Amino acid sequence: MKNHFIMFLTLLGVWIMLNNSLETSIVVSGVVLALLIPFLFCNHCEVFSQLKLNPKSLLYTFLFITTFLWELIKANLDVARRVLTPSLPINPGIVEVKTQLKSKIGRIILADSITLTPGTFTVEIIEDSLFIHWIDVKSSDLEESTKIIVKTFEKYLEEMYG
Amino acid sequence: MNKETLELIGGIIAIIGSLFLLLGSIGLLRMPDSYNRIQAGTKASTLGTMLSVLGAWFFAPAMVGKFVILILFVLITNPVSSHAIARAAYHIKVPLSPRTIVDKLKDKYSADSDRMAYKKKVKSETE
Repeated sequence: MKNHFIMFLTLLGVWIMLNNSLETSIVVSGVVLALLIPFLFCNHCEVFSQLKLNPKSLLYTFLFITTFLWELIKANLDVARRVLTPSLPINPGIVEVKTQLKSKIGRIILADSITLTPGTFTVEIIEDSLFIHWIDVKSSDLEESTKIIVKTFEKYLEEMYG
Repeated sequence: MNKETLELIGGIIAIIGSLFLLLGSIGLLRMPDSYNRIQAGTKASTLGTMLSVLGAWFFAPAMVGKFVILILFVLITNPVSSHAIARAAYHIKVPLSPRTIVDKLKDKYSADSDRMAYKKKVKSETE
């Protein structure tokens, strides 16, 4: 039920933003469609059912987005610096990190955030291990690299999705 | 603020965005292997597109909904696609650059014999 409700809100939000207007006809048709679609097609999609809805998780969502945007800007300056330095200072490698997140959506968002932050991106996920391509390997040790790469986001995502 | 000032601000933001896109493409040229190219390409193109769209918003403030949707879609699809490309590249054994110092994923997949088999297959296909 919660799954359907969040799906409804998402669909309605996308519909209104795509139409870019709040006219009655558009809102009414959007509500009808957004009610119909989750009930007809969404019997097996449990993506949102692990989402927690309480004030604390909303606060952490906000903190997560701020951290994420800041890391994204840092990532770009980092890439810019490496690309423009004549000697091309890279030190690449694929390292393994562990995540404590259990939910699917939590892991997806973690992997995506890692991809967009300085010098790292996710190549493969096998169970609770993420394999990260790191442009400047600081440590190939599992614990150490987990601490550097994953912890920034995991503490927020743990509150949001568990 | 009047229209000209807004358009000036929007233009500056869009130029910063396109600078990041330019840096991303320089990165694509300079990096030694596919994986490092993906690194440069993904990050720069995400922020570059976001800033360009933000700049466009100053020119057409009424279209805010569509711009938000654009930014969200770019944010969601960009990392997913680069992950898919990297994973596919690793599965068909695209070689890592010689400067690579560690590869923890190697043990999880089959050993070097497959890499050789793939190279032979490519060679016979191109001939």
